[in-house]
Amino acid sequence: MSELISIHNLLIQRNGRDALRIKSLDIKHGETLAIVGPNGAGKSTLLLALAHLIKPAHGEIIFNGKPISHMNDLEYRRKISFVFQDPLLMDMSVENNIALGLKFRGTDKDEMHSRVLRWSKAMGVESLLGRRAGQLSGGEAQRVSLARAFILDPELLLMDEPFSAVDPPTRAQLLKELSSLLSQDHRTTVFVTHNLKEAAQISHRVAVIINGELKQVGTPKEIKTNPADKSVKDFLKEL
Amino acid sequence: MLFDTEIFQITLLSLQVSALATLISLLIGLPFGTWLALGNFRGRSFMLSIVNTGMALPPVVVGLVVAITLWRSGPLGGLRLIYTPMAIIIAQTIISAPVVMGLTAAALESLDPRLQQQLLGLGASRPQMIWMLWREARLPLLAALMAGFGSVISEVGASMMVGGNIRGQTRVLTTAIVLETSRGEFDKALALSALLLTLTYLINLALTLIQQRGQKK
Repeated sequence: MSELISIHNLLIQRNGRDALRIKSLDIKHGETLAIVGPNGAGKSTLLLALAHLIKPAHGEIIFNGKPISHMNDLEYRRKISFVFQDPLLMDMSVENNIALGLKFRGTDKDEMHSRVLRWSKAMGVESLLGRRAGQLSGGEAQRVSLARAFILDPELLLMDEPFSAVDPPTRAQLLKELSSLLSQDHRTTVFVTHNLKEAAQISHRVAVIINGELKQVGTPKEIKTNPADKSVKDFLKEL
Repeated sequence: MLFDTEIFQITLLSLQVSALATLISLLIGLPFGTWLALGNFRGRSFMLSIVNTGMALPPVVVGLVVAITLWRSGPLGGLRLIYTPMAIIIAQTIISAPVVMGLTAAALESLDPRLQQQLLGLGASRPQMIWMLWREARLPLLAALMAGFGSVISEVGASMMVGGNIRGQTRVLTTAIVLETSRGEFDKALALSALLLTLTYLINLALTLIQQRGQKK
Protein backbone atom coordinates (compact mmCIF):
# COMPACT_ATOMS: atom_id res chain seq x y z
CA MET A 1 0.00 0.00 0.00
CA SER A 2 1.36 3.43 -0.91
CA GLU A 3 1.01 6.47 1.32
CA LEU A 4 -1.98 8.77 0.95
CA ILE A 5 -0.64 11.10 3.66
CA SER A 6 2.95 11.78 4.66
CA ILE A 7 3.76 14.21 7.44
CA HIS A 8 7.28 15.64 7.72
CA ASN A 9 8.65 17.78 10.58
CA LEU A 10 5.24 19.19 11.40
CA LEU A 11 4.94 21.94 14.00
CA ILE A 12 1.56 23.42 14.86
CA GLN A 13 1.37 26.42 17.15
CA ARG A 14 -1.81 27.55 18.84
CA ASN A 15 -2.16 30.69 20.97
CA GLY A 16 1.58 31.27 20.71
CA ARG A 17 2.66 27.87 22.06
CA ASP A 18 3.69 24.61 20.39
CA ALA A 19 0.58 22.44 20.26
CA LEU A 20 1.82 19.55 18.14
CA ARG A 21 5.12 18.21 16.84
CA ILE A 22 5.35 15.26 14.48
CA LYS A 23 8.69 14.37 12.94
CA SER A 24 7.30 11.78 10.55
CA LEU A 25 4.02 9.94 10.07
CA ASP A 26 2.65 8.09 7.05
CA ILE A 27 -0.93 7.00 6.50
CA LYS A 28 -1.40 4.38 3.80
CA HIS A 29 -4.20 4.19 1.24
CA GLY A 30 -7.14 2.28 2.72
CA GLU A 31 -5.70 2.32 6.22
CA THR A 32 -7.60 3.22 9.39
CA LEU A 33 -5.28 4.99 11.79
CA ALA A 34 -6.51 5.65 15.32
CA ILE A 35 -5.05 8.59 17.21
CA VAL A 36 -5.10 8.10 20.97
CA GLY A 37 -3.86 10.25 23.82
CA PRO A 38 -5.03 12.12 26.90
CA ASN A 39 -7.17 15.29 26.79
CA GLY A 40 -5.36 18.28 25.33
CA ALA A 41 -2.59 16.09 23.85
CA GLY A 42 -3.03 17.52 20.34
CA LYS A 43 -5.17 14.80 18.73
CA SER A 44 -7.87 17.16 17.41
CA THR A 45 -5.16 19.63 16.37
CA LEU A 46 -3.72 16.93 14.12
CA LEU A 47 -7.13 16.37 12.49
CA LEU A 48 -7.61 20.11 11.94
CA ALA A 49 -4.15 20.29 10.38
CA LEU A 50 -4.93 17.29 8.15
CA ALA A 51 -8.10 19.11 7.03
CA HIS A 52 -5.98 22.23 6.42
CA LEU A 53 -8.26 24.12 8.78
CA ILE A 54 -5.18 25.23 10.70
CA LYS A 55 -1.87 25.91 8.98
CA PRO A 56 1.42 24.54 10.31
CA ALA A 57 4.12 26.91 11.55
CA HIS A 58 6.65 24.53 10.09
CA GLY A 59 6.81 21.29 8.11
CA GLU A 60 4.65 19.75 5.46
CA ILE A 61 1.67 17.47 4.98
CA ILE A 62 1.85 15.62 1.67
CA PHE A 63 -1.40 14.33 0.16
CA ASN A 64 -1.05 11.87 -2.71
CA GLY A 65 2.46 13.11 -3.34
CA LYS A 66 1.55 16.80 -3.33
CA PRO A 67 2.07 19.24 -0.39
CA ILE A 68 -1.38 20.46 0.73
CA SER A 69 0.06 23.95 1.21
CA HIS A 70 0.54 24.02 -2.59
CA MET A 71 -3.04 22.93 -3.25
CA ASN A 72 -6.09 25.16 -3.43
CA ASP A 73 -7.86 24.96 0.00
CA LEU A 74 -11.28 24.28 -1.50
CA GLU A 75 -9.98 21.74 -4.00
CA TYR A 76 -8.22 19.85 -1.19
CA ARG A 77 -11.14 19.99 1.25
CA ARG A 78 -13.43 18.55 -1.38
CA LYS A 79 -11.29 15.40 -1.36
CA ILE A 80 -11.78 14.88 2.37
CA SER A 81 -14.59 14.76 4.89
CA PHE A 82 -14.72 15.63 8.57
CA VAL A 83 -16.90 14.20 11.35
CA PHE A 84 -16.77 16.16 14.61
CA GLN A 85 -17.38 15.02 18.17
CA ASP A 86 -20.83 16.63 18.09
CA PRO A 87 -22.96 16.04 15.00
CA LEU A 88 -23.25 19.81 14.31
CA LEU A 89 -26.26 19.32 12.06
CA MET A 90 -27.84 22.31 10.38
CA ASP A 91 -31.38 23.42 11.22
CA MET A 92 -32.93 21.65 8.22
CA SER A 93 -34.30 18.23 7.34
CA VAL A 94 -32.21 15.08 7.74
CA GLU A 95 -32.28 14.63 3.95
CA ASN A 96 -30.89 18.13 3.36
CA ASN A 97 -28.28 17.63 6.06
CA ILE A 98 -27.02 14.43 4.45
CA ALA A 99 -26.96 16.09 1.02
CA LEU A 100 -25.22 19.26 2.26
CA GLY A 101 -21.68 18.49 1.03
CA LEU A 102 -23.04 17.38 -2.35
CA LYS A 103 -24.95 20.67 -2.65
CA PHE A 104 -21.72 22.56 -2.01
CA ARG A 105 -20.20 20.62 -4.91
CA GLY A 106 -23.15 21.36 -7.21
CA THR A 107 -24.04 17.67 -7.62
CA ASP A 108 -26.92 16.86 -9.96
CA LYS A 109 -30.31 16.42 -8.17
CA ASP A 110 -30.99 12.83 -9.27
CA GLU A 111 -27.48 11.75 -8.36
CA MET A 112 -27.83 13.52 -5.01
CA HIS A 113 -31.16 11.81 -4.30
CA SER A 114 -29.87 8.32 -5.08
CA ARG A 115 -26.75 8.85 -2.96
CA VAL A 116 -28.84 10.17 -0.05
CA LEU A 117 -31.01 7.03 -0.24
CA ARG A 118 -27.98 4.75 -0.38
CA TRP A 119 -26.19 6.29 2.60
CA SER A 120 -29.28 6.90 4.71
CA LYS A 121 -30.01 3.16 4.32
CA ALA A 122 -26.40 2.23 5.11
CA MET A 123 -26.58 4.30 8.31
CA GLY A 124 -30.11 3.16 9.22
CA VAL A 125 -31.68 6.62 9.02
CA GLU A 126 -33.80 6.29 5.86
CA SER A 127 -37.01 6.50 7.91
CA LEU A 128 -35.84 9.86 9.35
CA LEU A 129 -35.18 11.68 6.07
CA GLY A 130 -38.19 14.02 6.44
CA ARG A 131 -37.49 14.91 10.08
CA ARG A 132 -35.87 18.11 11.31
CA ALA A 133 -32.34 17.68 12.69
CA GLY A 134 -33.45 19.08 16.05
CA GLN A 135 -35.92 16.21 16.52
CA LEU A 136 -33.24 13.49 16.49
CA SER A 137 -31.72 11.63 19.43
CA GLY A 138 -27.94 11.84 19.95
CA GLY A 139 -27.35 8.46 18.29
CA GLU A 140 -29.59 9.28 15.30
CA ALA A 141 -27.90 12.66 14.85
CA GLN A 142 -24.45 11.04 14.82
CA ARG A 143 -25.64 8.47 12.24
CA VAL A 144 -26.81 11.38 10.06
CA SER A 145 -23.47 13.07 10.54
CA LEU A 146 -21.70 9.86 9.41
CA ALA A 147 -23.98 9.55 6.36
CA ARG A 148 -23.22 13.22 5.54
CA ALA A 149 -19.49 12.42 5.57
CA PHE A 150 -19.59 9.07 3.73
CA ILE A 151 -21.90 10.34 0.97
CA LEU A 152 -19.04 12.54 -0.27
CA ASP A 153 -16.96 9.45 -1.05
CA PRO A 154 -13.90 11.17 0.45
CA GLU A 155 -10.35 10.03 -0.23
CA LEU A 156 -9.60 10.80 3.42
CA LEU A 157 -12.13 10.57 6.26
CA LEU A 158 -11.31 12.43 9.47
CA MET A 159 -13.27 11.57 12.61
CA ASP A 160 -12.83 13.39 15.91
CA GLU A 161 -14.21 11.20 18.72
CA PRO A 162 -17.48 10.84 16.82
CA PHE A 163 -19.20 8.68 19.43
CA SER A 164 -18.14 10.38 22.65
CA ALA A 165 -21.44 12.24 23.02
CA VAL A 166 -23.71 9.17 22.76
CA ASP A 167 -24.70 6.66 25.44
CA PRO A 168 -22.52 3.52 25.86
CA PRO A 169 -24.89 0.97 24.19
CA THR A 170 -25.41 3.24 21.15
CA ARG A 171 -21.69 3.93 21.08
CA ALA A 172 -20.87 0.20 20.99
CA GLN A 173 -23.43 -0.39 18.23
CA LEU A 174 -22.22 2.58 16.13
CA LEU A 175 -18.63 1.50 16.53
CA LYS A 176 -19.47 -2.03 15.39
CA GLU A 177 -21.29 -0.70 12.33
CA LEU A 178 -18.52 1.77 11.48
CA SER A 179 -15.86 -0.88 11.89
CA SER A 180 -17.67 -3.23 9.51
CA LEU A 181 -18.29 -0.39 7.03
CA LEU A 182 -14.64 0.67 7.03
CA SER A 183 -13.40 -2.88 6.58
CA GLN A 184 -15.65 -3.31 3.51
CA ASP A 185 -15.03 0.18 2.19
CA HIS A 186 -11.20 0.35 2.56
CA ARG A 187 -11.45 4.07 3.00
CA THR A 188 -8.43 5.90 4.42
CA THR A 189 -9.57 7.07 7.84
CA VAL A 190 -8.04 8.90 10.76
CA PHE A 191 -10.06 8.27 13.90
CA VAL A 192 -9.42 10.14 17.14
CA THR A 193 -10.39 8.42 20.37
CA HIS A 194 -9.51 8.29 24.06
CA ASN A 195 -10.09 4.62 24.20
CA LEU A 196 -7.43 2.08 23.17
CA LYS A 197 -10.00 -0.75 23.10
CA GLU A 198 -12.10 1.27 20.66
CA ALA A 199 -8.96 2.03 18.64
CA ALA A 200 -8.07 -1.67 18.49
CA GLN A 201 -11.57 -2.54 17.31
CA ILE A 202 -11.59 -0.11 14.41
CA SER A 203 -8.03 0.54 13.26
CA HIS A 204 -5.07 -1.12 11.59
CA ARG A 205 -2.55 1.00 13.47
CA VAL A 206 -2.59 3.33 16.45
CA ALA A 207 -0.65 6.55 16.94
CA VAL A 208 -0.14 7.74 20.52
CA ILE A 209 0.13 11.50 21.03
CA ILE A 210 1.07 12.84 24.47
CA ASN A 211 1.79 16.48 25.35
CA GLY A 212 1.76 17.51 21.69
CA GLU A 213 4.29 14.87 20.63
CA LEU A 214 3.84 11.74 18.58
CA LYS A 215 5.26 9.10 20.91
CA GLN A 216 4.58 5.83 19.13
CA VAL A 217 2.93 4.31 16.07
CA GLY A 218 2.15 0.63 15.82
CA THR A 219 -0.51 -2.03 15.90
CA PRO A 220 -2.73 -1.97 18.99
CA LYS A 221 -0.95 -5.11 20.19
CA GLU A 222 2.52 -3.57 19.77
CA ILE A 223 1.47 -0.48 21.69
CA LYS A 224 0.07 -2.59 24.53
CA THR A 225 2.92 -5.05 24.80
CA ASN A 226 5.79 -2.73 24.03
CA PRO A 227 5.09 0.92 24.96
CA ALA A 228 7.74 3.27 23.57
CA ASP A 229 8.44 5.08 26.84
CA LYS A 230 7.20 5.78 30.36
CA SER A 231 4.67 8.40 29.23
CA VAL A 232 2.97 5.88 26.90
CA LYS A 233 3.09 3.24 29.64
CA ASP A 234 1.51 5.67 32.15
CA PHE A 235 -1.16 6.67 29.63
CA LEU A 236 -2.05 3.02 29.01
CA LYS A 237 -2.23 2.43 32.78
CA GLU A 238 -4.74 5.23 33.16
CA LEU A 239 -7.10 3.68 30.61
CA MET B 1 -56.22 70.90 9.46
CA LEU B 2 -54.88 67.65 8.23
CA PHE B 3 -56.77 66.16 5.29
CA ASP B 4 -56.91 62.45 4.46
CA THR B 5 -54.67 62.88 1.42
CA GLU B 6 -52.11 64.68 3.52
CA ILE B 7 -52.14 61.96 6.17
CA PHE B 8 -51.76 59.40 3.41
CA GLN B 9 -48.80 61.30 1.97
CA ILE B 10 -47.14 61.66 5.40
CA THR B 11 -47.67 57.97 6.13
CA LEU B 12 -46.34 56.91 2.75
CA LEU B 13 -43.25 59.12 3.13
CA SER B 14 -42.61 57.74 6.64
CA LEU B 15 -42.75 54.18 5.34
CA GLN B 16 -40.65 54.90 2.25
CA VAL B 17 -37.94 56.75 4.14
CA SER B 18 -37.70 54.24 7.00
CA ALA B 19 -37.90 51.18 4.72
CA LEU B 20 -35.15 52.52 2.47
CA ALA B 21 -32.95 53.46 5.45
CA THR B 22 -33.47 49.94 6.89
CA LEU B 23 -32.65 48.33 3.55
CA ILE B 24 -29.42 50.33 3.20
CA SER B 25 -28.58 49.49 6.83
CA LEU B 26 -29.08 45.81 6.03
CA LEU B 27 -26.80 46.05 2.99
CA ILE B 28 -24.10 47.67 5.14
CA GLY B 29 -24.78 45.94 8.47
CA LEU B 30 -25.09 42.33 7.35
CA PRO B 31 -21.68 41.99 5.63
CA PHE B 32 -19.87 44.24 8.11
CA GLY B 33 -21.46 42.48 11.13
CA THR B 34 -20.48 39.13 9.59
CA TRP B 35 -16.90 40.30 9.08
CA LEU B 36 -16.76 41.45 12.71
CA ALA B 37 -18.20 38.16 13.99
CA LEU B 38 -16.06 35.82 11.91
CA GLY B 39 -12.89 37.86 11.58
CA ASN B 40 -9.79 37.28 13.60
CA PHE B 41 -7.84 40.52 13.45
CA ARG B 42 -6.20 43.02 15.74
CA GLY B 43 -8.64 45.68 16.98
CA ARG B 44 -11.72 43.49 16.53
CA SER B 45 -12.90 43.97 20.14
CA PHE B 46 -12.39 47.72 19.83
CA MET B 47 -14.43 47.82 16.62
CA LEU B 48 -17.18 45.73 18.20
CA SER B 49 -17.31 48.13 21.14
CA ILE B 50 -17.64 51.08 18.71
CA VAL B 51 -20.49 49.34 16.86
CA ASN B 52 -22.21 48.47 20.13
CA THR B 53 -21.92 52.09 21.22
CA GLY B 54 -23.37 53.08 17.85
CA MET B 55 -26.46 51.02 18.68
CA ALA B 56 -27.28 53.62 21.32
CA LEU B 57 -26.58 56.70 19.15
CA PRO B 58 -28.98 59.49 20.16
CA PRO B 59 -30.99 60.39 17.01
CA VAL B 60 -30.80 64.08 17.86
CA VAL B 61 -26.98 63.94 17.86
CA VAL B 62 -27.01 62.11 14.51
CA GLY B 63 -29.41 64.77 13.23
CA LEU B 64 -27.10 67.55 14.38
CA VAL B 65 -24.00 66.04 12.72
CA VAL B 66 -25.82 65.25 9.46
CA ALA B 67 -27.40 68.74 9.44
CA ILE B 68 -23.99 70.42 9.90
CA THR B 69 -22.54 68.22 7.15
CA LEU B 70 -25.36 68.88 4.69
CA TRP B 71 -25.85 72.53 5.60
CA ARG B 72 -25.26 74.86 2.67
CA SER B 73 -21.92 75.99 4.12
CA GLY B 74 -21.09 72.44 5.28
CA PRO B 75 -18.68 69.99 3.62
CA LEU B 76 -21.47 68.33 1.60
CA GLY B 77 -23.59 71.48 1.22
CA GLY B 78 -23.08 71.47 -2.54
CA LEU B 79 -25.25 68.35 -2.80
CA ARG B 80 -28.27 70.43 -1.66
CA LEU B 81 -29.69 67.56 0.36
CA ILE B 82 -30.61 69.40 3.55
CA TYR B 83 -34.40 69.44 4.15
CA THR B 84 -35.02 66.68 1.64
CA PRO B 85 -36.26 63.09 2.21
CA MET B 86 -32.76 61.95 1.18
CA ALA B 87 -31.31 63.79 4.19
CA ILE B 88 -33.71 61.91 6.47
CA ILE B 89 -32.73 58.61 4.83
CA ILE B 90 -29.02 59.38 5.42
CA ALA B 91 -29.61 60.24 9.09
CA GLN B 92 -31.84 57.21 9.67
CA THR B 93 -29.30 54.91 8.00
CA ILE B 94 -26.63 56.19 10.39
CA ILE B 95 -28.98 55.38 13.27
CA SER B 96 -30.05 51.90 12.17
CA ALA B 97 -26.86 50.54 10.50
CA PRO B 98 -25.03 50.00 13.84
CA VAL B 99 -28.14 48.28 15.22
CA VAL B 100 -28.24 45.81 12.31
CA MET B 101 -24.44 45.44 12.40
CA GLY B 102 -24.20 44.82 16.16
CA LEU B 103 -27.10 42.38 16.26
CA THR B 104 -25.77 40.54 13.17
CA ALA B 105 -22.40 40.12 14.87
CA ALA B 106 -24.09 38.94 18.08
CA ALA B 107 -26.32 36.49 16.17
CA LEU B 108 -23.35 34.89 14.37
CA GLU B 109 -21.19 34.85 17.48
CA SER B 110 -23.90 32.89 19.28
CA LEU B 111 -23.52 29.98 16.82
CA ASP B 112 -21.21 27.09 17.68
CA PRO B 113 -17.76 28.23 16.47
CA ARG B 114 -17.03 24.70 15.21
CA LEU B 115 -19.87 25.08 12.71
CA GLN B 116 -17.55 27.09 10.44
CA GLN B 117 -14.95 24.30 10.53
CA GLN B 118 -17.63 21.67 9.96
CA LEU B 119 -18.97 23.49 6.88
CA LEU B 120 -15.47 24.00 5.47
CA GLY B 121 -14.69 20.35 6.27
CA LEU B 122 -17.71 19.35 4.17
CA GLY B 123 -16.31 21.27 1.21
CA ALA B 124 -18.12 24.60 1.51
CA SER B 125 -16.50 27.59 -0.18
CA ARG B 126 -16.26 30.70 1.99
CA PRO B 127 -19.40 32.34 0.48
CA GLN B 128 -21.29 29.03 0.89
CA MET B 129 -20.18 28.85 4.51
CA ILE B 130 -21.33 32.42 5.22
CA TRP B 131 -24.67 31.78 3.51
CA MET B 132 -25.21 28.68 5.67
CA LEU B 133 -24.30 30.61 8.84
CA TRP B 134 -26.81 33.35 7.91
CA ARG B 135 -29.39 30.65 7.28
CA GLU B 136 -28.65 29.06 10.64
CA ALA B 137 -28.94 32.45 12.40
CA ARG B 138 -31.95 33.58 10.35
CA LEU B 139 -34.24 34.14 13.35
CA PRO B 140 -31.93 36.51 15.27
CA LEU B 141 -31.02 38.15 11.94
CA LEU B 142 -34.69 38.86 11.33
CA ALA B 143 -34.84 40.30 14.85
CA ALA B 144 -31.90 42.55 13.87
CA LEU B 145 -33.92 43.76 10.89
CA MET B 146 -36.95 44.43 13.09
CA ALA B 147 -34.83 46.33 15.60
CA GLY B 148 -33.23 48.37 12.79
CA PHE B 149 -36.63 49.32 11.37
CA GLY B 150 -38.00 50.04 14.84
CA SER B 151 -35.13 52.40 15.60
CA VAL B 152 -35.92 54.63 12.59
CA ILE B 153 -39.70 54.54 12.16
CA SER B 154 -40.04 55.86 15.73
CA GLU B 155 -37.26 58.47 15.81
CA VAL B 156 -38.09 62.16 15.60
CA GLY B 157 -34.97 64.16 16.46
CA ALA B 158 -32.93 63.44 13.34
CA SER B 159 -35.90 63.67 10.95
CA MET B 160 -36.83 67.04 12.40
CA MET B 161 -33.30 68.47 12.22
CA VAL B 162 -32.32 67.33 8.73
CA GLY B 163 -35.79 67.22 7.16
CA GLY B 164 -37.16 70.39 8.64
CA ASN B 165 -40.74 69.03 8.88
CA ILE B 166 -41.75 70.79 5.66
CA ARG B 167 -45.40 70.21 4.79
CA GLY B 168 -45.80 68.13 1.66
CA GLN B 169 -42.05 67.49 1.40
CA THR B 170 -40.34 66.15 4.49
CA ARG B 171 -43.11 65.81 7.06
CA VAL B 172 -43.22 62.27 8.44
CA LEU B 173 -45.51 60.79 11.10
CA THR B 174 -43.23 61.46 14.07
CA THR B 175 -42.51 65.08 13.11
CA ALA B 176 -46.23 65.64 12.42
CA ILE B 177 -47.04 64.35 15.92
CA VAL B 178 -44.54 66.82 17.45
CA LEU B 179 -46.06 69.67 15.40
CA GLU B 180 -49.65 68.88 16.39
CA THR B 181 -48.64 68.54 20.04
CA SER B 182 -46.86 71.92 19.99
CA ARG B 183 -50.01 73.44 18.53
CA GLY B 184 -52.09 71.96 21.32
CA GLU B 185 -53.96 69.74 18.84
CA PHE B 186 -53.82 66.70 21.07
CA ASP B 187 -56.64 64.83 19.29
CA LYS B 188 -54.75 64.96 15.99
CA ALA B 189 -51.47 64.09 17.68
CA LEU B 190 -53.12 61.09 19.34
CA ALA B 191 -54.72 59.98 16.04
CA LEU B 192 -51.34 60.17 14.26
CA SER B 193 -49.71 58.31 17.15
CA ALA B 194 -52.31 55.55 16.86
CA LEU B 195 -51.64 55.35 13.12
CA LEU B 196 -47.86 55.13 13.69
CA LEU B 197 -48.32 52.43 16.33
CA THR B 198 -50.69 50.45 14.10
CA LEU B 199 -48.28 50.58 11.15
CA THR B 200 -45.33 49.58 13.30
CA TYR B 201 -47.39 46.75 14.77
CA LEU B 202 -48.47 45.47 11.33
CA ILE B 203 -44.93 45.50 9.95
CA ASN B 204 -43.55 43.76 13.01
CA LEU B 205 -46.43 41.27 12.93
CA ALA B 206 -45.52 40.36 9.34
CA LEU B 207 -41.84 39.95 10.26
CA THR B 208 -42.74 37.94 13.39
CA LEU B 209 -44.91 35.60 11.31
CA ILE B 210 -42.01 35.07 8.90
CA GLN B 211 -39.75 34.46 11.92
CA GLN B 212 -42.17 31.93 13.44
CA ARG B 213 -42.56 30.14 10.11
CA GLY B 214 -38.76 29.87 9.95
CA GLN B 215 -38.77 28.35 13.44
CA LYS B 216 -41.30 25.64 12.53
CA LYS B 217 -39.61 24.68 9.25
